[in-house]
Amino acid sequence: MSQDVVNLEVNGVAVTGRKGQMIIHVTDATDSYVPRFCYHEKLSVAANCRMCLVEVEKAPKPLPACATPISEGMKVFTKSPKAIGAQKATMEFLLINHPLDCPICDQGGECELQDLAMGFGRDAARFNEGKRVVKDKNLGPLVSTDMTRCIHCTRCVRFTAEIAGLQELGTTGRGENSTIGTWVEKSVTHELSGNIIDLCPVGALNSKPFRYQGRSWEMTEQPMVSPHDAVGSNMNAHVRRGRLMRVVPRVNEEINENWIADRDRFSYEGIYADDRALTPLVRRNGELVPVDWQTALEAAANGLRDVIARDGASQVGVLSLPSATLEEYWLLSRLARGLGIANVDYRLRRPDTRDQAADPICPGLGIPLVAVDALDAVLIIGSDLRSEAPLLAHRVRTAAVRNGARVGLVNPAEFPMLFPVAGALTVAAGALVTELCVLARAVAEVLGQVVPTIARDAAAPGASQIALANALCGAGAKRLVLLGLLAERHPAFSDVRAAASVIATLLGAHLGVVSDGANAAGAALAGVLPHRDAGGQPSQHVGLAANAMLNTPLRAYLLHGGVEPGLDTLDIGAGTPIGPDAFVVSLSPFAPESVRRIASVILPIGTFAETSGTFVNLEGRWQGFSAAARLVGEARPGWKVLRVLGNLLSVAGFDYESSEAVRDELRAILGTLSPAATSYTGQWTLQGPVLGVLIDVPMYQTDPIVRRATALQQTHVAARPLVAY
Amino acid sequence: MTDHIHESHVLSAHTRHEIDLWVAKFPADRKRSAVIAALRAAQHQNQGFLTTELMDAVADYLSLPPIQVYEVASFYSMFETKPVGRLHVSVCTNISCMLRGSDKIVDHVEKKLGIKTGQSTPDGKFYLKCEEECLAACNNAPMMMIDHVYYENLTPEKVDQVLESLK
Repeated sequence: MSQDVVNLEVNGVAVTGRKGQMIIHVTDATDSYVPRFCYHEKLSVAANCRMCLVEVEKAPKPLPACATPISEGMKVFTKSPKAIGAQKATMEFLLINHPLDCPICDQGGECELQDLAMGFGRDAARFNEGKRVVKDKNLGPLVSTDMTRCIHCTRCVRFTAEIAGLQELGTTGRGENSTIGTWVEKSVTHELSGNIIDLCPVGALNSKPFRYQGRSWEMTEQPMVSPHDAVGSNMNAHVRRGRLMRVVPRVNEEINENWIADRDRFSYEGIYADDRALTPLVRRNGELVPVDWQTALEAAANGLRDVIARDGASQVGVLSLPSATLEEYWLLSRLARGLGIANVDYRLRRPDTRDQAADPICPGLGIPLVAVDALDAVLIIGSDLRSEAPLLAHRVRTAAVRNGARVGLVNPAEFPMLFPVAGALTVAAGALVTELCVLARAVAEVLGQVVPTIARDAAAPGASQIALANALCGAGAKRLVLLGLLAERHPAFSDVRAAASVIATLLGAHLGVVSDGANAAGAALAGVLPHRDAGGQPSQHVGLAANAMLNTPLRAYLLHGGVEPGLDTLDIGAGTPIGPDAFVVSLSPFAPESVRRIASVILPIGTFAETSGTFVNLEGRWQGFSAAARLVGEARPGWKVLRVLGNLLSVAGFDYESSEAVRDELRAILGTLSPAATSYTGQWTLQGPVLGVLIDVPMYQTDPIVRRATALQQTHVAARPLVAY
Repeated sequence: MTDHIHESHVLSAHTRHEIDLWVAKFPADRKRSAVIAALRAAQHQNQGFLTTELMDAVADYLSLPPIQVYEVASFYSMFETKPVGRLHVSVCTNISCMLRGSDKIVDHVEKKLGIKTGQSTPDGKFYLKCEEECLAACNNAPMMMIDHVYYENLTPEKVDQVLESLK
């Protein structure tokens, strides 16, 4: 709208801005850099560092660019003697109490204070008095503190209050005695807390695991995609001489904005765990012995061939983690089908596959992540969303806090959500389906619609169900029903989903799922499923699902991606059901005791950081990446190992030159398929209850790399015991 | 949001009533506005100083993150976050009082109570605050404030009298 346009001048150049913008928005947009510390585009304006002072015509004093709204005819000077003078004076004040210990500071070389001191600092200090000293705070195992370096920009405080939604840091005391901290000795516990390391413009908050490990100029930066949840957060790996030293966020407004979860940031320690598989291992006379690659690959191929010849391909099970690359999945799917093996599955933690024919071709949200911010109502079913997908939880929080979205929860326990919740129904896992049917009835009644068959026999809704139904129906029309990982792990997932689908249909909402791992969508597309080939084409023979493969011992298993039976599967803590008499090939970055006990051959492969590949996130977005770090020991990229295995087993067409060739082949196949249903196509009928427990896998136990990340394992969050509902 | 603390055990019924009166003065979603008044009530209940337990209880009562209460309590000089004496003696040493001899008054109070500024008497009765900013009673300088009561036109004799009357 024309009345919203403001005309002003920056350094003599005419520019335009929108009404309500601050000077700094306009100067940033026109490349007139104004120095700043406390201002951050994602946080509220504090205007307490005063570094962005600029001269404005007719203003008697320099004004902070971050907190001065633009006005018609304003003349801003960012580099006039008055502006530069004010900025230099501010810098001198900021440095009065700063220790200037850059040589021993981890931030040195990538420090905003250091950089700006180059431009605005004096060459000698005029301050001869004693500098203040501030006691360091213990914020837990992830964030190290050197509080004497703090310049009180309060970015970290505003982050915890505004983005995380759990204010854990504050400014206590006043004047010279004011300090940033928690006041009482306390760790920061929020799952996004590591982002305060990036926000801190000085060396006050740094990465504790990375402390004194390296210098920014020694490392190269490589783009990566997070392997820990389905959001597909963009990250940068900082690599020194082939070793992954640390992980930082890569800004992508459409996915993770400026943030990554602590799990994404600190999991890299797991890559270099002590039980990393360094050489191929083959069992000889009951012992696993190191061998060369050729011997190991032949042993694996021969063993599998023997079992297939002797017991049939139905006696072989292929299990993969939901966090491997699309390329590996495609080769795995082709390898299995080439050998006639139908028992292929990545859904290690889904017990109920009765209605798998109704699965969407590609599990996911059904809407783009950015659309979550603008939702009017969200119904979250069976999900501890903050631990399952921290940045999806952040987006739901944005919707609730900024747009007033009504969020409803139906969960087996009370999970603190850090945003206003319109209604929460907490029921035992065994009563979840019944509760959803009652809620479906409540929604139908509130909307004045016919009660769907599934809910016809449900009990009359109580006050809490009616209130939640009212909240969900009263909001605008952009709605989402979201099934979490707890729903997927429910013994009667089919019925949970059928009931959720009824509610979604009544509400006119999308039915989305938080898929497990980073690449469940990729695995499904590539056909790492017992009932479907690539692109959702039905399999010729329907094989066993993961749970069945583990419940009925088979003669041979191919474990791909680092599967640890008993940890990555539903029988957590129960010990592996795979017996020692089975022929087990494990393609894994790790060789832990649990796998050593059962494996006949261990083929060491690279982790997500050491292989090129593609992850498909919960929006269905394909994100390719190349290897960031050098492989450890004799490990090889998973796709290459699978390719050679395919060659040795004489599967046709396994002559790929690169992972890109593998990807392109799958893409071409998917492209020629008729557009199949990408949403749940269930018939809204209940399959009936199933006995069993619902296991809540703790946040830092989800995959083999996270389980080995030492710093993460020391957090309070990690100390939470395994819960069964 | 926070670990639930049964504030009823920590904050007395009187304190809670006092906080409620202040909460009622502000819009329903602005309970944070009552935090200073709530801390004052809590400090009064606890004979002159705040504990972490009390601040947590105030946070819980006003539905605030505890850190926001710590921020306020540590910022304002009228809140004490470490154990101190019951009666807070603040002698003004700003310019008007200084010109009228407040230094002598401070010396006298220190001698009389047998403590230095920033200390409390061993019996926990008096706490001599470090430095008080201008309390806006310059017309009757020098002056001191004990809890909420002003004592003006001070002389060493008058100080004796006041302190004796409070013993």
